[in-house]
Amino acid sequence: MKRGLTALWLLLLATLPLWLQDQYLLHVCIVTGIFVIAAMSLNLLLGYTGQLSLGHVGFFGIGAYASALTATGFDVDIFGHTFVHDPWPGGISFLVGTAAAGLCGYLIGKLSFRVRGAYFVIVTVSFAEVIRIIAVNWVDLTQGPLAITNIPPFALGLPGLGRYAFASKASNYYLMLAAAIASYVIVKRLVGSRIGRAMVALRENESLAVSVGIDVTRYLVLAAVVSAALAGAAGSLYAQYIRIVDPDIFLFIYTVTMVIMVMTGGKGTLAGPVVGGVIFGFVPVIGRSFASPEVQWILYGGLMILIVFLLPQGITPAVSGFFKARFGDARMAPPANGNLVLPDASQAGGR
Amino acid sequence: LAQLVQHLVNAVILGGTYALLGIGLTLIFGIMRVVNFTHGELYAFGAYAVYWLVAGAGVNFFLAIPIAIAAGLLLGALVEYALLRPMRGADIDATMLVMIGAWIVMQNSEMIVWGGVARSIETPFPETPLAVGPVSVSWLRVFAFGVALALIAGAYFLINRTKLGRAMRATFQDSDTAALMGVNIRAIHTATFAIGSGLAAAAGALLGPVFLVEPTMGDLASLKAFAIVILGGLGNITGATIGGFGLALVEEMGAGYVSSGYRDAMGFAIIIAVLLIKPTGLLAKAERVA
Repeated sequence: MKRGLTALWLLLLATLPLWLQDQYLLHVCIVTGIFVIAAMSLNLLLGYTGQLSLGHVGFFGIGAYASALTATGFDVDIFGHTFVHDPWPGGISFLVGTAAAGLCGYLIGKLSFRVRGAYFVIVTVSFAEVIRIIAVNWVDLTQGPLAITNIPPFALGLPGLGRYAFASKASNYYLMLAAAIASYVIVKRLVGSRIGRAMVALRENESLAVSVGIDVTRYLVLAAVVSAALAGAAGSLYAQYIRIVDPDIFLFIYTVTMVIMVMTGGKGTLAGPVVGGVIFGFVPVIGRSFASPEVQWILYGGLMILIVFLLPQGITPAVSGFFKARFGDARMAPPANGNLVLPDASQAGGR
Repeated sequence: LAQLVQHLVNAVILGGTYALLGIGLTLIFGIMRVVNFTHGELYAFGAYAVYWLVAGAGVNFFLAIPIAIAAGLLLGALVEYALLRPMRGADIDATMLVMIGAWIVMQNSEMIVWGGVARSIETPFPETPLAVGPVSVSWLRVFAFGVALALIAGAYFLINRTKLGRAMRATFQDSDTAALMGVNIRAIHTATFAIGSGLAAAAGALLGPVFLVEPTMGDLASLKAFAIVILGGLGNITGATIGGFGLALVEEMGAGYVSSGYRDAMGFAIIIAVLLIKPTGLLAKAERVA
């Protein structure tokens, strides 16, 4: 039953460009998919390790800028030395973008997981802001507010088949879909493994996790690296699809969008970011017909507060809980809270 | 050398208002364990309140500032009452998300009410600056510094010498025991948040006339306040005061001798440096005042 449902969903997603004729809606689907990848990466940190990254757009933007720069080429002066970089093909620059973001995730994790609490949040916020200021000011490298334009699309060189560039909307849709499925599988495998169980254990009770021999900082840093790399991959895809990158990509509001997607869908569940991402990917499309951007943001903010008050666990657990209660069939729905290994202190606390 | 002295003077004057921002934020974090993302919006609110009172309602500049601070106090009390009181006992992340939501709502409301255009506030101060030798400072900045110092002193007095301050310190040390001793924790939380918000609004009311007033001014103010608070250690009032002056010094020196484009990045460089050297804040060993 569940397998059939999954197959149906995949079939629906795989054939979407064939029956969806509206190019604008297809564009919305692609961008939504890219943000779903970013939300999944955030969920790995926020949902499974309990660490809130409020600079996730920093990783996203690093991925976008790194892949854009390696793909378009640049020359900069650093202390009198001129570095010239010739353009690289789109597939490689995608990997560079992913790796650059992952490296940043490693450095940030190493730095801020020395202490717990609000520090990781503040460090990630600051990191995104510093990166934005650099992107605005280092005009030699990033063109500043003038933006990097003419980014070549993602391209694959297949031996014997020649190069294929993902230039059309439909091909970008499939590229995004493949990346989204790959990210989903990566997160799923990671979370279901020993590493994932260690992460949940330290989220629920860190001292207990330490006492059974889990190297907490190591797992937190690992989660930060994977999460940042996935966000960077999403950013690379975004840059290669939109084909223009400017410092506005670092706006805090994008991080907020990702957080809302994860929280609404259900943090710490595999399906949560997908559900939340799809909802909030399409809300602006509907909203923009009747409300100004400011009013939309006010609705976003208000919704965020309401969700924390009314559905602290998000939509997915609430829906699956409903199905379980109604039909008594646990197979219908994913487990309400990932792989729960220890009593959940955060849920037991009075709200 | 004259240039150096000028930078130092500017840093000290800016530092007073930064310290106000930091004290407000660290007070709220220390006593309520809330990472207050609306702090910058209260700062922007203070600045806009002065702008509106002076330009819109024709109120005297010197009267507009205390009114703006009082309005900030009230707004803070309202936010605490409506959003944080129901969240007591919830984990720090959930409260943080609520505060982020409140921040977005407040910022965009400001955008709608006051428009996206940057505005400047008319002040009654003379154009000619106060010149001492080669160093010159505008009268407005001197005034802002004086008021900021008075407010810092007031905050210290309130916390260390009054009954309310004693209840706040008790709540900070152990809120359960304080409650058992008859301290009304709810009232203390509301008062703390209101005072912290009032201080942020005061910083905005004082810096608004110095710089321009714009709807996104709160974002950087929030981030700077975080930098100040980390510099001094979360929850440490003396640390926040010193952190405020420290950040202003680094910013002025950075803007003067490195690059003015990276002025606002200096605070974050500080955060990273502090976390590398002494993660609990530079004053962690010192006596915690609040």
